[in-house]
Amino acid sequence: MSPRTPGADLPEHPDLLWHDREPKRSYDVVIVGGGGHGLATAHYLAKDHGITNVAVLEKGWLGGGNMARNTTIIRSNYLWDESSAIYEHSLKLWEGLEEDLGYPILFSQRGVLNLAHTLQDVRDSVRRVEANKLNGVDAEWLDPDEVRKVCPIVNTAGDIRYPVLGATYQPRAGIAKHDYVAWGFARRADEAGIDLIQDCEVTGFTTDGDRVTGVRTTRGDIATGSVALCAAGHTSVLTDLLGIPVPVQSHPLQALVSELLEPVHPTVVMSNAVHVYVSQAHKGELVMGAGVDSYNGYGQRGAFSIIERQMAAAVELFPVFARAHLLRTWGGIVDTSPDASPIVGRTPYENVWLNCGWGTGGFKATPGIGSTLAHTIAHGEPHPLVAPFTLERFVTGALVDEHGAAAVAH
Amino acid sequence: MQLIACPWCGPREEVEFSYGGQAHVPHPAAPADLNDEEWAHYVFFRANPKGRFAERWNHSAGCRRWFNAVRDTATYRFEAVYRLDDPRPVTP
Ligand SMILES: Cc1cc2nc3c(=O)[nH]c(=O)nc-3n(C[C@H](O)[C@H](O)[C@H](O)COP(=O)(O)OP(=O)(O)OC[C@H]3O[C@@H](n4cnc5c(N)ncnc54)[C@H](O)[C@@H]3O)c2cc1C
Ligand SMILES: [Zn+2]
Repeated sequence: MSPRTPGADLPEHPDLLWHDREPKRSYDVVIVGGGGHGLATAHYLAKDHGITNVAVLEKGWLGGGNMARNTTIIRSNYLWDESSAIYEHSLKLWEGLEEDLGYPILFSQRGVLNLAHTLQDVRDSVRRVEANKLNGVDAEWLDPDEVRKVCPIVNTAGDIRYPVLGATYQPRAGIAKHDYVAWGFARRADEAGIDLIQDCEVTGFTTDGDRVTGVRTTRGDIATGSVALCAAGHTSVLTDLLGIPVPVQSHPLQALVSELLEPVHPTVVMSNAVHVYVSQAHKGELVMGAGVDSYNGYGQRGAFSIIERQMAAAVELFPVFARAHLLRTWGGIVDTSPDASPIVGRTPYENVWLNCGWGTGGFKATPGIGSTLAHTIAHGEPHPLVAPFTLERFVTGALVDEHGAAAVAH
Repeated sequence: MQLIACPWCGPREEVEFSYGGQAHVPHPAAPADLNDEEWAHYVFFRANPKGRFAERWNHSAGCRRWFNAVRDTATYRFEAVYRLDDPRPVTP
C-alpha cells in the first residue's frame, strides 16, 4: 500500500470567524478602528438598528491595538452618577454577552477588591461604596479580615509599608478573554453583512462644508454617510487631520504576565496607592499592570523601570508571588483625558462621531459604548448615557472627574 | 534604560527625570480678556502629535532644573535638548 500523503487525514479547515473583505467604494457608516469599540459598535448597528451597509477600517489587524493588550478588568464601581450609569449599562450587557454573541468569552464574575491603604483612601472608598449603592451598583466595604476571606493571599499584616486598611468589593466585577470578545463581535458583525477590512489605514478625509463625505485610506477613497472614530490611542492623529482639537494625550501603558501557575488568586485586586493590579487568567498566568509611562508615546512599549516598580508593589502585597517568573511584558497606547473620563459624541462635523479618551479603562466599556454609540449614529443624537461625556464639557466646566475618586485606572 | 541628556548634567538615566508635557505654552498675556473657550484651550488642550514633539522635562532627581527637548513620540528618540529660554531648535 502506498504511503498516505502527509496531511491527507487532517480534519477540514475550521470555519472562519469572519471574512477579510475588499473595501467597497461607499458605505452608510464607516467606523475607523477595528478594536473592541469599533467591532462592538458594528455589531449593535446591525443588531439593534438594522444598519449593515457598514465598514470597519483597521490599519493593522482586528483587535491588534489595546483590545488584545489590556488586562481585562470589568467593573462598574465608579464614583459619579454619569460614570456608574454607562459602566453599569456595560456590565449588564457583559452578563448576557456570551448568549448574544453565541461565542465563548470566558466572562468570569470573580469580583474586584480595590484596596485602601491610608485613612484618606478609606474615606474615599466608603464614600464610593455609598455612591455605588445609591446607583444600584453592587458594592461593599470590607475590613482587613473580610478582605482575607475573599482573597487569602493578600498580605493584610499591619507592618508593611502600605498596610491594607480595608477594601471596596464589587462581587459582579470580573474578567473576560479579550481576544475572544473581539472575535465574537467580529463574527456577528460579519454574519450581519458588515465589511471588516484590515490593513486599511485612514489617512485623510474629504469634506463638504461641515460634513465629511468620505475617508482617504491606504486602500483607496471610500465615500460615507457618517464616520465614527474608534481609534483609541491614535485619535489625535485623526482629529488633527480634521482640525478638531481634542484634549487627549497618548501614553504607553504596559502590562505583564507570569508563567502559568496553579490557581492561587480567586478574584481581582487593585491598589492605587501601591500601584498595581492583579488577576489570574483562566490559563493560569498572573496578569498585572499599573499606571501609564509618564511621557507621550505612540510606541506600544514603555520603560522597564515601570515594570520593576509594579513587581515590587505586587510582591509586597502578595508575598507568595516572590518566586514567580515574569514571562512577557508588552504595551499599548492609551488616550488619556483631563478628567479621566471618556469623550464621546458630537464634533464640529455633523456626521462625524467621536469616541475616545477611555484611557486605561475602556475594555470594560466595550459592549456599553458599542450599544450607545450605535444608537447615537443611528439616531444622529447622542444616547443619554453618553451625553454627559461631550467634548463641550471642557468649555462648560461640567467635568466628570474620576481621577482618584473612582478607584481610578482600568 | 534610555539616557536623557540634561543640558546641565549630561546624560543620565531616564528614572532621574520627570515629564512636563508640551513646551512653549505661554500663560495668556491678558488673562482677563479670555472667554470660556479660550480658557478651556489653555487649561485642557495640548498637542498630541505622533512624531516630533517639543516638550518639557525636569531633572528631578539630579539638578532639579527644567529644560526642553524635541523627542519623537513614535520612536522615543530624543533629537535635541535645550534650555527653557532657547527657541525650539530645527531638527534634521
Ligand atoms: C496594558 C493595558 C491594560 C489595560 N487594562 C484595562 C483593564 O483592565 N480594563 C479596562 O477596562 N481597560 C483596560 N485598558 C484600556 C482598554 O484596552 C482600552 O480603553 C480599549 O481597548 C480602547 O478601545 P478599543 O478596544 O477600541 O481600542 P483599540 O483596540 O486600540 O482599537 C483602536 C484601533 O484603531 C486602529 N486605528 C488607529 N488609527 C487608525 C487609522 N488611521 N485607520 C485605521 N485604523 C486605525 C488601531 O490600529 C486599533 O486597532 C488597558 C489598556 C492597556 C494598553
Ligand atoms: Zn541636570
